Amino acid sequence: MWENIKEFASEFFVTGDPLIYGADVGIALTMIAIVFILTYFKKWTWLWREWLTTVDHKRIGIMYIIASILMLFRGGVDALLMRTQLAMPEMEFLTPEHYNQIFTTHGVIMILFMAMPLMFGLFNIVVPLQLGARDVAFPFLNSLSFWLFFWGAMLFNLSFVIGGSPDAGWLAYPPLSQMSHSPGVGQDFYIWGIQISGIGSLMTGINFIVTILKMRAPGMSLMKMPMFSWSVLSSCITIIFAFPILTVTLALLFLDRYLGAHFFTLDGGGNPMMYINLIWMWGHPEVYIVILPAFGIFSEIVATFSRKKLFGYKSMVFAMMIISVLSFFTWLHHFFTMGSGASVNSFFAITTMLIAIPTGVKVFNWLFTMFRGRITFETPMLWTIGFIPCFIVGGMTGVLLSVAPADFQFHNSYFLIAHFHQVLIGGVAFGYFAGLAYWWPKVFGFRLNEKLGKWAFWLWNIGFYVCFMPQYILGLMGMTRRVSSYTWDSGWWELNLVSTIGGFLMGIGFLFQVWQIAHSIRFMDRDTTGDPWNGRTLEWSIPSPAPLYNFATLPQVSSQDEWWEEKQRIAAGKAPKQQPPLEPIHMPKNSGIPFIKSFFWFIAGFGFVFDWLWMAIPGLAGVAICMLAHSFNYDTDYYIPVDDIKRTEAAARGSV
Amino acid sequence: MAQASAGAHQGHEHGHDGHHDIESMRTFGFWIFLITDCILFGTLFAVYIVLHGNTNGGPTADELFAMPGIIASTFILLTSSYTSGLAVLSMNKGNVKGLIGWLIVTALLGASFIALEITEFVHMVHEGATIGTSAFLSSFYTLVGTHGLHVSLGLVWMVAIILQLSRRGITSVTKRKVNVISLYWHFLDVVWIFVFTIVYLMGVM
Amino acid sequence: MKKSSWLRRLGTFASLALMAALMAGCTDKMIVLDPKGPIGEQQRDLIYISTLLCLVIIVPVLIITGVIIWRYRARPDNKAKYEPEWEHSTKLETIWWGIPIIIIIILAIVTVRYTFALEPSKALDSDKEPITIQVTSLDWKWLFTYPEQGIATVNYVQFPEDTPIRFQLTSDAPMNSFWIPQLGGQLYTMSGMAMTLHLQADEPGEYFGSGANFSGKDFAQMRFTANATSDEEFEEWVEEIKRKAPILTLDGYKELAEPGVSQVQTFSAFPEGLFEQIVTKYAASHNHGLTTREVEPREQTKHGEDHNDIDVKADDTKSEDLEVPAEGSHDHHSETDEHAGHR
Repeated sequence: MWENIKEFASEFFVTGDPLIYGADVGIALTMIAIVFILTYFKKWTWLWREWLTTVDHKRIGIMYIIASILMLFRGGVDALLMRTQLAMPEMEFLTPEHYNQIFTTHGVIMILFMAMPLMFGLFNIVVPLQLGARDVAFPFLNSLSFWLFFWGAMLFNLSFVIGGSPDAGWLAYPPLSQMSHSPGVGQDFYIWGIQISGIGSLMTGINFIVTILKMRAPGMSLMKMPMFSWSVLSSCITIIFAFPILTVTLALLFLDRYLGAHFFTLDGGGNPMMYINLIWMWGHPEVYIVILPAFGIFSEIVATFSRKKLFGYKSMVFAMMIISVLSFFTWLHHFFTMGSGASVNSFFAITTMLIAIPTGVKVFNWLFTMFRGRITFETPMLWTIGFIPCFIVGGMTGVLLSVAPADFQFHNSYFLIAHFHQVLIGGVAFGYFAGLAYWWPKVFGFRLNEKLGKWAFWLWNIGFYVCFMPQYILGLMGMTRRVSSYTWDSGWWELNLVSTIGGFLMGIGFLFQVWQIAHSIRFMDRDTTGDPWNGRTLEWSIPSPAPLYNFATLPQVSSQDEWWEEKQRIAAGKAPKQQPPLEPIHMPKNSGIPFIKSFFWFIAGFGFVFDWLWMAIPGLAGVAICMLAHSFNYDTDYYIPVDDIKRTEAAARGSV
Repeated sequence: MAQASAGAHQGHEHGHDGHHDIESMRTFGFWIFLITDCILFGTLFAVYIVLHGNTNGGPTADELFAMPGIIASTFILLTSSYTSGLAVLSMNKGNVKGLIGWLIVTALLGASFIALEITEFVHMVHEGATIGTSAFLSSFYTLVGTHGLHVSLGLVWMVAIILQLSRRGITSVTKRKVNVISLYWHFLDVVWIFVFTIVYLMGVM
Repeated sequence: MKKSSWLRRLGTFASLALMAALMAGCTDKMIVLDPKGPIGEQQRDLIYISTLLCLVIIVPVLIITGVIIWRYRARPDNKAKYEPEWEHSTKLETIWWGIPIIIIIILAIVTVRYTFALEPSKALDSDKEPITIQVTSLDWKWLFTYPEQGIATVNYVQFPEDTPIRFQLTSDAPMNSFWIPQLGGQLYTMSGMAMTLHLQADEPGEYFGSGANFSGKDFAQMRFTANATSDEEFEEWVEEIKRKAPILTLDGYKELAEPGVSQVQTFSAFPEGLFEQIVTKYAASHNHGLTTREVEPREQTKHGEDHNDIDVKADDTKSEDLEVPAEGSHDHHSETDEHAGHR
């Protein structure tokens, strides 16, 4: 009996590597500490009532951001482990198996469990406030999306300590990801972790499309909508067309692995190349899904910190919409070297180049927003200014990669790695960091420390160039991606060492960001104005942090930069706009169902990973019961009485 | 997923927030959900089209498909789409009994469609044509099975709505729910027409 | 404010200086830019052309960026214009929609011409008869078989200079990618297919080659040397192998195909039709429906007559056409069309 248990445990838990044992201990201690603190301070009910069951978009946004920062930490540690392994030739810091797992989880986590949730966090925090709405269209669904993401991410991360991590690359090309070559459970963790959180992403896409199309404040026509909301709309439209493809693709891969189907197998008539096509039909739009909102963030920040209207509003909108359409017609450029023939390659090379046009236009419009403005350099603007040259160069190397015959030399090399990190770090990460710094006071009621923020920015910015510029050269020197080691005679080691130093600079930059947040929570003064940056859009017209119902009365909108115009009117001595009388506000009630239902998905996913039907079936049944319970529940909303609103408003504005 | 968006509101007396708006917004959201479902089926159809010739030496479409049963189930599903339309008409007239009655008829027709499909699958598996036999059969079972799964979920959902209707009658909330499920049902009908044409008709021709 | 601009410049300058220093030290190692064959040379030219075309627009933009940020920084004594309401200019916007469009059109024309010219299955112009070398990627090693010479090697390939080499690529393991940077770009090795890649070395030398596409545990060990020598040396080398090296039997191949790494090996003979067997073993089951493949055979036939080459029984190099007789009646074209519709 005891022997059986021991044998099971040695297969069930990941064993054999001191790094992992160390991480195990760390995870266990953290969990114990969290449980202890919650119990000691009697915070369990508080946690359940205020956070786990909340349907308030602002709190859901905060939870997304916390989760994504944790994931950034893990993805970043993965990155530094890889860079350490590559710092010198013939290093034996990581075994090849371990290295393969690490680059796989690094990719998955950074894109799906870091960039996506950070993006959704910003959507949640900003969009309803910018639109002058009281919440998103479907608050319950919003909470469900978050918890699906959360439990999906938990399931994926669990593979680190239980069963073993996936190691077939972040897009898991078959046949490598098939049972024949990856018989372990890691690949199943990959499928189910992404699948569960992917359903959440799809629902967020639907939710925000409806919110933006149906819940704008009276008077805000689409062409008066702030640019960030436009970028969210274009990103969400891309989500609803792209994510179903991912869902299907992963489901088919699972059927191959679980039921022995033959979609992507080498035998039985399967077609592995179809997987590569399908996964990139999602994968390419996916990178535009994450970059478009960053474009929106930069547009808001550039206008605010140049004290000037955004230049070329219509062009900007048009450019984003073109980008989201074109993003669906470029997937094949990820495998020009599959030998699809000159006509096919030419077609996809041209569609890819075309994207450079609207993207270039956006850069010009940002530059001319600054032109004849008055620029100040607070951290959000610094990230934006750091972004522009970085993205221009990254965009240029992207165009080089789109030149199909040249791509035969760039493909799968470090040139490619440098390119996509340049657009993903310089574009997406810088963009979200900028947005985080910019909207932080709106969410928490205090600014982030500027000095530490600038340290973080410079470390990231310099670290970035030190890390990735050498990688372009390494690519031209013939270094291919995903190699776990190289030899002394390859001549790659000096540049790899430099690159590693850059990686660690960015790591220190991250530490500064954490320090900045901790320090600011402790020491920064409360922002009582609600408008610390002299903002332009509606979110700055209400107190910080925003009250539960956001707007006591729904604003009337008559121009693009409504709040800026209003401030101009008041400065010109005109009377502020007449506020309509307060009325009771209709609000959704909190619900525990999203949390519980997502947890059941987690149980079902875990059951399928280990092929334990006794666990998977009850998990699915739990999901079904939660759905029915929600359908039968008609007690889902309430009204905030006028007196309560008056009290809240007085308290929030009292100190102004 | 559809259930998830089906949050509900009881008729409060306050007029200002306009429950009508919330309910129409939910219907709109459901339309967008249907777009995503279209893409999902579109992908499965594409996969089927790519793989349908890869029979791996196993049975081919015209050896396997028994058309009389398929035609019967097609008529059953088409009829159920019609009866779900009749249910909505009754609802618009305010006739709760007619509404529930037609919904029950729709659900029964849907259930017999599923029963026929299961019989077909069982029969095929007995003939040795399983999901693991060839890429053609993998894509066949997945495409047709996904449609069947949608219909089955729709059945459970429809029963839930019938129970809610019998308890609460026609309110703005239940009305929206009936509209949405009938939309869903018509959608599945349209998908089936594609399945019938591309999988079955083109398979035996 | 002043400090941060200053820091910024310093940062930019430092990274530029660093890059320049690195570039100076590494140019000779940038093998992609130091090609030794016609394909690699054209690809390098294309890299330079496209880089120049991009720089035409990038450099001015980077300069404008710096100037704007400097000139319009908020300082009380800044005399530059301030127009907070100025947000549209049809003239300006036409310019920056127009310039990228023109550049992209030029680049697109160049790209399309090169794409057709450098299509990997297209034979190279040469007076000499091309030599065929069959390449199989295994877990985690490269097997080279010489059908004309009847020899086989592992992780080492030798061929005469100035002679076009027709590489036939396939895989008996997860997909990989065959890349000899100094001779030209890579092409995937995929199970069930025989892809054609034409390369040529213009001068003798030992060139670095590797598997570029991740294929599992010891993928990093999939490096090989491509040695271009004179015709005589090549002949001698072949003769020596024929004399001294062991024979690769079918069982020997099966052993070789087992996952693991390998040293350089040579074999004086290999089972007749080994490569074709490896291809057909997978091709039999998925001869239809390959999405991108489907488009290709027609594409390739356009390129000419050089395809009746390998002695696979079928009439084309493409695996799709290695049809199982039972399924031969299937209609290729309708499938392609349906797929196009889906796109």
